[in-house]
Amino acid sequence: MPNHIKVPPEPASQANIFNLSIEELKEMAKKLRRHVITMTATAGSGHPGGSLSAADIITTLYFKAMHHDPQNPQWLDRDRFILSKGHAAPILYAALAESGYFPVEELATLRKLDSRLQGHTDRNLTPGVEMSAGSLGMGLSFGIGVALAAKLDHRDYRTYVLLSDGECDEGQTWEAALSAAHFKIDNLTAIVDCNRIQLTGWTRDIMNLEPLSQKWQAFGWHTIDIDGHDFNQILAAFKEAEKIKNKPPVIIARTIKGRGVSFMENNAKFHGKAPTPEEAERALKELE
Amino acid sequence: MVEVSTRETYGKTLVELGKENKDIIVLDADLSPSTMTHFFAREFPDRFFDCGLEEQNMIAIAAGLAASGKTVFASTFAVFASCRCFDQLRICLSQPRLNVKIVATHSGISVGEDGTSHHAIEDLALYCSLPGFTVVVPADAIETAEAVKVAAATYGPFYIRLSRPKTPLVYPEGYHFTLGKAVTMRQGEDATVIAMGIMVARALEASDILARQGIDCRVINMPTLKPLDEEVIGRAASETGAIVVAEEHLAQGGLGSRVAQVVAREKPIPMEFVNLKDSYALSGKADELLQRYGLTAGDIEVAVKSVVKRK
Ligand SMILES: Cc1ncc(C[n+]2csc(CCOP(=O)(O)OP(=O)(O)O)c2C)c(N)n1
Repeated sequence: MPNHIKVPPEPASQANIFNLSIEELKEMAKKLRRHVITMTATAGSGHPGGSLSAADIITTLYFKAMHHDPQNPQWLDRDRFILSKGHAAPILYAALAESGYFPVEELATLRKLDSRLQGHTDRNLTPGVEMSAGSLGMGLSFGIGVALAAKLDHRDYRTYVLLSDGECDEGQTWEAALSAAHFKIDNLTAIVDCNRIQLTGWTRDIMNLEPLSQKWQAFGWHTIDIDGHDFNQILAAFKEAEKIKNKPPVIIARTIKGRGVSFMENNAKFHGKAPTPEEAERALKELE
Repeated sequence: MVEVSTRETYGKTLVELGKENKDIIVLDADLSPSTMTHFFAREFPDRFFDCGLEEQNMIAIAAGLAASGKTVFASTFAVFASCRCFDQLRICLSQPRLNVKIVATHSGISVGEDGTSHHAIEDLALYCSLPGFTVVVPADAIETAEAVKVAAATYGPFYIRLSRPKTPLVYPEGYHFTLGKAVTMRQGEDATVIAMGIMVARALEASDILARQGIDCRVINMPTLKPLDEEVIGRAASETGAIVVAEEHLAQGGLGSRVAQVVAREKPIPMEFVNLKDSYALSGKADELLQRYGLTAGDIEVAVKSVVKRK
């Protein structure tokens, strides 16, 4: 059923059915990274770099932090994950498949004709995908709408929005930043996957963002600076964010583009280029 | 003719709807006293969000609310509701078919003195190009109230285009609007004028003038631009053999283009177009501008005579 059709409230779902230990999270993140490599290599296109930088954050969300139920993607009280950087779809699909929203085998259909796994996220097609994205800079606004609805309906689900640092170039991101603070949105956690590389090169060369945390602070946000590959820090940041009242929290996660594959790390070339079969083989070995 | 403000009617209709349905949420972008969403804001402050001068943000927030089960009305001037946030309309509303109603006021050149930057004359081309959108241009306040209620009750993204000036009533109280259906306002055999919005009253005036000259002119109001009532167009083409389309919009992509596509396929006949052609308008009073840029009853009259000659 396309998920834009209103569904009636359903019986209570199992909340937080995933509660992996740090060691298990590490293994799961590796597994998801392997999926990213295989999927993009099989498709012959896609965005591995920004998928790999977000892998640890997304693993923590789907396998520890969020209350969600893959058997019941429309569960009204589910926590929402909104992937604003829609080109990182492969890592989201990997997390959705491994947590049970659809069969893992389906990952091989990425970007193929008639696949439910589109090049950029499509909320009408893929179970578990909350937002159609791909044009950068819209996700935080969308998340504000979702978070406002929670307040209006007195539901206590939490909305997570993952942005890229490149998206902080977009004016709309700052419109959203202003308004989230103005509306006192404290039931949303924004995460900036700050891998310091955008499409053509380093953000400091293309369009400098620093000092980034101070910018968010100036817009009225509570900022939490972390290493976005340290599971303990990611978890602690999610917990801290939940405690903030009357202002929105943002986690500035310092990450490495292409993280986990030596020749993709800090390499803008692998932003939007799939690995060749030989490169994929090398990458998979490194991720064993 | 009695003139009534369509935007005031919109604002008051929203309040009625808000009383019946607590899932109706209204957004505006720092223009609520002009779009008249301020009536709703006053009545239901918890369900009204002023997004400030952030039209792109407003559209995507509307999408997030709609994705969470809300029926969202979002208002600003037509020029900003179309040109300023087109990508947001496409990605956040059209593709996912979310339940958001964009009700834009101050469309066309009848905005008047504010000039080019405020004249939305390409908005219909933009909105009609978006798959899944329903596009409605009411002719008067009575049709506005009806259309807003129908939009609230019909799932999916809508664009409703309203005007700044008061508009003559062309319908009696009790008129019932049907989505996707044209209304034959006046029968006629020699030619058909198809109009929408403020041009409907002008088309009726033109048909009076033409009647005195022995030309029997059919007048059709086409409030729903998308989906279009193709049957009525085909019938008008067959029965009257000549069509004039009148709209307060550029030549490209509005009612004229859409009607011509149907005519070309169903029954090719001579057509004429009364519109803003291919240029921007300047500042001036609404009536002065409508006269200067060729959107009067007289312009329709001339177009009908010329199309009838080509039959
Ligand atoms: C509005 C918009 N402009 C341009 C693009 C093309 N594009 C895709 S990804 C990207 C930048 C990638 O860098 P970043 O946003 O930081 O993403 P990440 O490094 O996390 O992958 C660009 C310019 C787009 N998708 N949307």
